[in-house]
Amino acid sequence: MATTKQKILLPAILLANDLLDGDVVFWTERGWSIDPAEALVAGDEAAAIRLQEVAAAALARGTVVDAYLVDVTLRDDGLPVPNHFRERFKIAGPSIRQDLGKQAAFAHLRGRA
Amino acid sequence: MYRYDQFDEAFVRERVAQFRGQVARRIDGALTEDEFKPLRLKNGVYLQLHAYMLRIAIPYGTLSSVQLRQLALIGERYDRGYGHFTTRQNLQFNWPKLRDIPDILDLLADVGMHCIQTSGNCIRNTTADHFSGAAADEVEDPRPTAELIRQWSTMHPEFDYLPRKFKIAVTGAARDRAAIRAHDIGIQVVRHPVSGEVGYRLFVGGGLGRTPMIGKLVRDFLPKAHLLAYLQSLMRVYNLEGRRDNKYKARVKILVHEIGIEEFRARVEAEFAALDPAAIAADPDEVARIEAYFAAPAFATFPADSQRVVADRARDAAFDRWVETNTFPHRQPGYAAVTVSLKPVGGVPGDATSDQMRAVADLADAHSFGEIRVSHHQNLILPHVRQDELHALWTGLVAAGLAEANAGLITDIIACPGLDYCALATARSIPIAQAISRRFGSAERQREIGELGIKISGCINACGHHHVGHIGILGLEKSGQESYQVTLGGDATENAAIGQLLGPGITAEEVPDAIERLVGVYLAHRHDGETFAEAVRRLGIEPFKAGFLAPQPAEAAHAAA
Repeated sequence: MATTKQKILLPAILLANDLLDGDVVFWTERGWSIDPAEALVAGDEAAAIRLQEVAAAALARGTVVDAYLVDVTLRDDGLPVPNHFRERFKIAGPSIRQDLGKQAAFAHLRGRA
Repeated sequence: MYRYDQFDEAFVRERVAQFRGQVARRIDGALTEDEFKPLRLKNGVYLQLHAYMLRIAIPYGTLSSVQLRQLALIGERYDRGYGHFTTRQNLQFNWPKLRDIPDILDLLADVGMHCIQTSGNCIRNTTADHFSGAAADEVEDPRPTAELIRQWSTMHPEFDYLPRKFKIAVTGAARDRAAIRAHDIGIQVVRHPVSGEVGYRLFVGGGLGRTPMIGKLVRDFLPKAHLLAYLQSLMRVYNLEGRRDNKYKARVKILVHEIGIEEFRARVEAEFAALDPAAIAADPDEVARIEAYFAAPAFATFPADSQRVVADRARDAAFDRWVETNTFPHRQPGYAAVTVSLKPVGGVPGDATSDQMRAVADLADAHSFGEIRVSHHQNLILPHVRQDELHALWTGLVAAGLAEANAGLITDIIACPGLDYCALATARSIPIAQAISRRFGSAERQREIGELGIKISGCINACGHHHVGHIGILGLEKSGQESYQVTLGGDATENAAIGQLLGPGITAEEVPDAIERLVGVYLAHRHDGETFAEAVRRLGIEPFKAGFLAPQPAEAAHAAA
């Protein structure tokens, strides 16, 4: 999905699905994390292009699948929240089963998608 | 039921071993995702929003209690304790880990199951009437035909790389419960009006999705022995002419639409005339072997109507309601086919927990010769229940939370997984189904409204069959929000029809009120005994359109408050 031709909307984070369990993961300063609160937020185009390069390299290595940039809005507590509802559901988990997905593990995601 | 022979068993085991190697090579980096993706899809493994999804084939929706228990075990051991039954009579697990999938496939192979033909541009799992072999109105059990097609189509070298996926459905009755005219090929078992010979009537070019079409009659009567030769001819015309350059035009429905059914039929008949049907037909011994697996169970002889059921119904109102809606006339006197609703009021359509699967397996052993069916309505069926045992069965279903008396009613809603799970979805489906279900959840209200099928899809691909819902709901994105289009007048039966759009998209919150208004128009105008679908056919769309577009004063006041 990630391509340098895509128009970059800012701020942005990089997410993907983990190869082994399919869980949504976020690029952070220390590599991939399952916690969106740790996502590295690109605030300018240069930083976003660096995230695209990370995505391309990660896809080539094959440790993640379907890596792409997502434009977000920063909540008051700093949590990056995707602007599109699709990625909000993708991160939180099924809206009909609050006991499943990341929303079950991370209190900061509950009841927000 | 069909059981795998040594060849089937060896073939499935070999496929599992191959896939185990492919997964290992993907994990160690020898295979890229681009290389691996077509391999995993050939084994039913999709990547969805939150996790991988495994789609398990349930040929023509027939399961044994042993198989259902194995699915329960897999759900518990490798998933989150539940599975989702689909509109293609299959089962999906939503949370398997890639590393575990070869082990899951081995467990499936232990009970003669697999995930072959659940994805990709091949002939998919052949579906059938869920009351096959049980329904009082059927000419013949369609499952031997479906099984023959399964064996013929599995890894057929000529049809393993089709322009697009290809779906076949078979019904043995004139009353179509398998939505055959919404399939690429629909097959109806018929009796020849003059000779009395049993054969097939075939429809082609049906399908839902982006360009919905109702299947057209391509052959009014085909002798049974000619089936595979005729299918080969039809598939060959499609395979040669299908549009591989444009996936949106690649289904056979587009070809039939563009060249016309007469021309399509002429090409198929020309191909058919050049073939030797006897050389392509299955060996009669093999056909007999398959048919023997579907022989009726050892029914006992009982009076047509059980006095015990009459007495049980008289003393138990909840049981009475359930018998009225969830039992279906059986070909064998004294028996009934039972719908086990997977649509509890406010629940997720088609979901069943591992505990519920085990409960149904146990009840099938006790009351239905160990046999279960999956319906394309996302319910389970116990096909052969002694009427005298209905109350005992119902009591067991009540204990398992599976006794909702709503088969065919307004809360028996079909819904795809939608944006709660699916990577292709554009909007959520399940919460819409839940909201409608809660709104119309009262037993009295549902019975007053009567038969009404609501079908919901979360994207244009139409897994939720919205085009053929009496009321269809399609979830889309509009200006960054979920938006729902409502259609009316669709029908999946022998009266097959594509629903018509009632107006502009509405928000999720507006859907229950909109459905309420459509129901209101029906209740105000229906004749005695007239169902919703019949009333729509008689009245046309206009009165409903007016109702849909005009909020009631109470709603307007509510919206303004």
